[in-house]
Amino acid sequence: MKPAPFGYERPRDLQAALAVLGEAKTSAKIIAGGQSLGPMLNLRLVEPQLIVDITGLAELKQVERRGDELVLGACVTHADIEDGRIPDVTRGAMQGVAGNIAYRAVRNRGTVGGSLSHADPAADWVSALSALGARLTLRSLSGARMVAMENFIVGALESALRDGEIVETIHVPAIPATAHWGYGKSCRKTGEFAHAIGAILIDPSAATARVVIGAIDSAPIVITSAAELFGGRIAGDYKDRFDARVADVLLAKAGVSNAAHRHIHVNVLKRAVSEAAA
Amino acid sequence: MRNEREFPFAGGAGAGQGVGARMPRKEDDRLMRGRGQFVADIRLAGLQDVAFVRSPLAHALIRGIDVPERYCANVFTAADLAGVNPIRAVSGLPGFKISEQPVLATGKVRQVGELVAMCVAHTRAEAEDIAAAVTLDLEELPAVYDMRKAREPGSALVHEHWGDNVFLETNFEVDISKAFDAPIKVSREISTARQCMAPLEGRGVVATFDHRLDQITLYSSAQMPHITRSGLAECLGIEQGQIRIVSPDVGGGFGHKGILLPEEVCLSWLTMRRSHPVRWTEDRREHLTASSNCREHHYKITVYADRDGRLRGIDCEATVDSGAYSSYPFSACLEAAQIASILPGPYLMPAYRCRTFSVATNKCPILPYRGVARTGVCFALELMLDLVAAEAGLEPGEVRLRNLVQPEQMPFDNITNKHFDSGDYPEAMRRALAAIDIEGVRERQRNGEADGRRIGVGLSIYCEQAAHGTSVYSGWGIPMVPGHEQASARLTPDGGLEVRVGVHSHGQGMETTLAQVAHEMLGVDVAKVRLILGDTAMTPYSTGTWGSRSMVMAGGAVATACRELGERARRIGAKLLQHEPAAVVLQNGEVRGINGSVTLKEIAHTWYRRPQDLPADVDPGGLEVTAGYKPQRDTGTFSYAAHAAVVAVDPDLGAVEILDYVIVEDGGVLVNPMVVDGQIYGGLAQGIGTALYEEMPFDAAGQPLATTLADYLLPGPTEVPAPRLDHMETPSPYTQFGVKGIGEGGAIAPPAAIANAVNDALRPLGAELMQSPITPYRVVEAILAARDAERPAA
Repeated sequence: MKPAPFGYERPRDLQAALAVLGEAKTSAKIIAGGQSLGPMLNLRLVEPQLIVDITGLAELKQVERRGDELVLGACVTHADIEDGRIPDVTRGAMQGVAGNIAYRAVRNRGTVGGSLSHADPAADWVSALSALGARLTLRSLSGARMVAMENFIVGALESALRDGEIVETIHVPAIPATAHWGYGKSCRKTGEFAHAIGAILIDPSAATARVVIGAIDSAPIVITSAAELFGGRIAGDYKDRFDARVADVLLAKAGVSNAAHRHIHVNVLKRAVSEAAA
Repeated sequence: MRNEREFPFAGGAGAGQGVGARMPRKEDDRLMRGRGQFVADIRLAGLQDVAFVRSPLAHALIRGIDVPERYCANVFTAADLAGVNPIRAVSGLPGFKISEQPVLATGKVRQVGELVAMCVAHTRAEAEDIAAAVTLDLEELPAVYDMRKAREPGSALVHEHWGDNVFLETNFEVDISKAFDAPIKVSREISTARQCMAPLEGRGVVATFDHRLDQITLYSSAQMPHITRSGLAECLGIEQGQIRIVSPDVGGGFGHKGILLPEEVCLSWLTMRRSHPVRWTEDRREHLTASSNCREHHYKITVYADRDGRLRGIDCEATVDSGAYSSYPFSACLEAAQIASILPGPYLMPAYRCRTFSVATNKCPILPYRGVARTGVCFALELMLDLVAAEAGLEPGEVRLRNLVQPEQMPFDNITNKHFDSGDYPEAMRRALAAIDIEGVRERQRNGEADGRRIGVGLSIYCEQAAHGTSVYSGWGIPMVPGHEQASARLTPDGGLEVRVGVHSHGQGMETTLAQVAHEMLGVDVAKVRLILGDTAMTPYSTGTWGSRSMVMAGGAVATACRELGERARRIGAKLLQHEPAAVVLQNGEVRGINGSVTLKEIAHTWYRRPQDLPADVDPGGLEVTAGYKPQRDTGTFSYAAHAAVVAVDPDLGAVEILDYVIVEDGGVLVNPMVVDGQIYGGLAQGIGTALYEEMPFDAAGQPLATTLADYLLPGPTEVPAPRLDHMETPSPYTQFGVKGIGEGGAIAPPAAIANAVNDALRPLGAELMQSPITPYRVVEAILAARDAERPAA
């Protein structure tokens, strides 16, 4: 389990990194925390000709509050969030998610941007940031574009990133005081990848909700018009009105054909709803 | 009950440093500081690394192996290894079909991961690059991936010349037809998943050749070095004296490190032809997909009982997926054939029948893993007993108490002629029931849980035959039969004690426990007793560490050697004290008479440094003794334990949480109860793995699907609860000190206890699980199936 030979660059700033990525005529892979890419290299599941190490880019470690949103550099680690080293606009929601990603050794090195770029459907940020309504800035030599989370994750291990493009920042909208957050997942053991994720950001006073069913074999199911899940309207009694059959149908439509798998997904979502209402 | 003659210095169990002392392990000082020396820590000048080209297919004809011109000097195939014999592990049981495992594939490949070519380079990464550049031209054949389909006519054949895929079929029967009219008859199919053994340290080999000694030194992470030497010599066609096996610190064996590896043969061959040492270190993917597997059993079983729950008979057909090759030395049939002899467990029954099939498939060879067939047997039998209890309307504990062998029957020969040496099995079960508070659990079940989970309680009990001797193993006719176990004991000139044994310690703590045995006999401080193990050049021949035999066999041998050494020292001491030998005793490391005393240190100094002071009739053998030992009866010791588990099952998510776990075990006289506790904790962790997590699935092409530890789940600290332990100590009447082997028991009973607890929790829902591991998916699937079955047909 040793990687195939590869070239290695550790640029000093974002512009240099983008230049290296843009020039790379050969296959290049960005490494940040390396918690997924490292094993994939060792297993020779990927054999890039060039590894671009972005851990030296100070720009990507910056965090700032801009108006109603928090802008996180892509190289912020899960542990930075878990330990409260960065400001929070989610009333603890992100801290709660971060603290249960894999195990501490992974959280020390793994980054938010890396996790999103890897686009593993079982990864927590893929579902949690979709539910939080986050957007990403993707930058390349030719400029930057902004993409909503639900458009960024295209499929299992597939994102909207183009060649030469990098996740620069993650924009997390502040959760209003009237909104409730719930997040649940099913893992067979502590630290293991989730087999089902349910996330909900619901604001009964505004009658809005974002619901995510994640850790399926494709991009998560993001439900932005969620009234049907709650018997046709979103109100204070949403927990009692949660309709498991609607979630079940959504899963079946998304290709989850196994009834036992759907049962577990629906119940994980139900727990997230209960947590939000608690 | 202790035979005081056998405990010369003990002031009672637990006192001092001798047998019964609960003392920390000597070896932990280096192991816990990261100062152990494992195979991968060995650095030799000029060492080069080996990586293997392995078969990507389960079953295929080899049409060609293309090695790029630039790597011709680095790559070796079967054609290069002409003259090397294949690995053959033949069983003498009638009808056994022989497989030959070429060390590098010839003609065809029979499992994913089979070695096809050996690549050597200065680093492992370069060797892997070379391996990646080798291309195989393979013609895929249909894979034999399902052991039950493999028995059907028309199946693809793993070894064509056999005409079928059955290594061995066995039949055992006692009066089964007398059970057929029993009022209770319960039938099920029960299965246990294929597993990997997953020791913390994988296998690893460093081979180097010494021209002066005309000898290969093979450093290998192995638990049976002397057996490895014999097998290796046979494959290489050289004298055994031309091989020295050194097994340094070993990070867990569990059976995985008992077999002769084709990699060991390959590297030995290579180092004889190159001017430098070579190394291969098993990586985790190789371990998971290419090495050896365990545990895959299937039972078609019917249990007959009377209305009062008393067993009338068991009728079973058991199939074991033995994989592609018969492994050296245990053979491909040990697991399945053992099922027939141990399925009755510790229970009384008048009738019994068991047919077994060891089936060849296109998978890694199966190996005996901690507990060997007992874990599967215990799972099958104990799940069935709970069903009998449900049919009879009795508590599962009560059904067990009515059927267990009774203490007054000891020693007892059961229906398969297993000789139980001693024990009080019902007492262990009663203590477990009391400790788990069975009535309290039933009360809690009636009240229900606020969180919607369902509580269940499960029991299991087993017997663990250990230290199987000549009379047991000669019947298998395999390459290895244990005889007398030997140990050497030598006083050093400064009064220290060196003890050499041919068994090995890979987590068992034998550097401590065997030192305690030596202390018991000679009174030498445990800190001054050095255990020398794991080196064929330094230790007496032994079949090694397997079958929970080391404390019984090597412990007995160390005691015997030390007793004789003590006697020699006593005679020298008598001379120094100017006494008749009859007038002095050896006590607490001193020879004492009425004139005073002389220490072993002084006696050693005299023997080595001042021989002019020795008596004229001194034993010329001096202060170095090699002695052999066998228990008075070599049919094995029988330790046992009752396990009781309380679980909470979440019907929404299928999750199982272990809320309480009780183990009441009887391992005979315990040499070091702390070490025994450690054995039980470790075994329990592996048992929980079998029960809830570990599974190596294969697809229809014979591809192993759990290729990393992200897919092959092992229990970690958060998955293993702290069990509550209770010890009984019924001595074996046949062994030194009354000890019994206990190395495997912890891993035998948990899958049955946990599955019974889950089924107890789910019984009101009509759901039942008869398969390990019990995954969340399987729990939910069973609940949904029960729900569907309840619905009236449309």
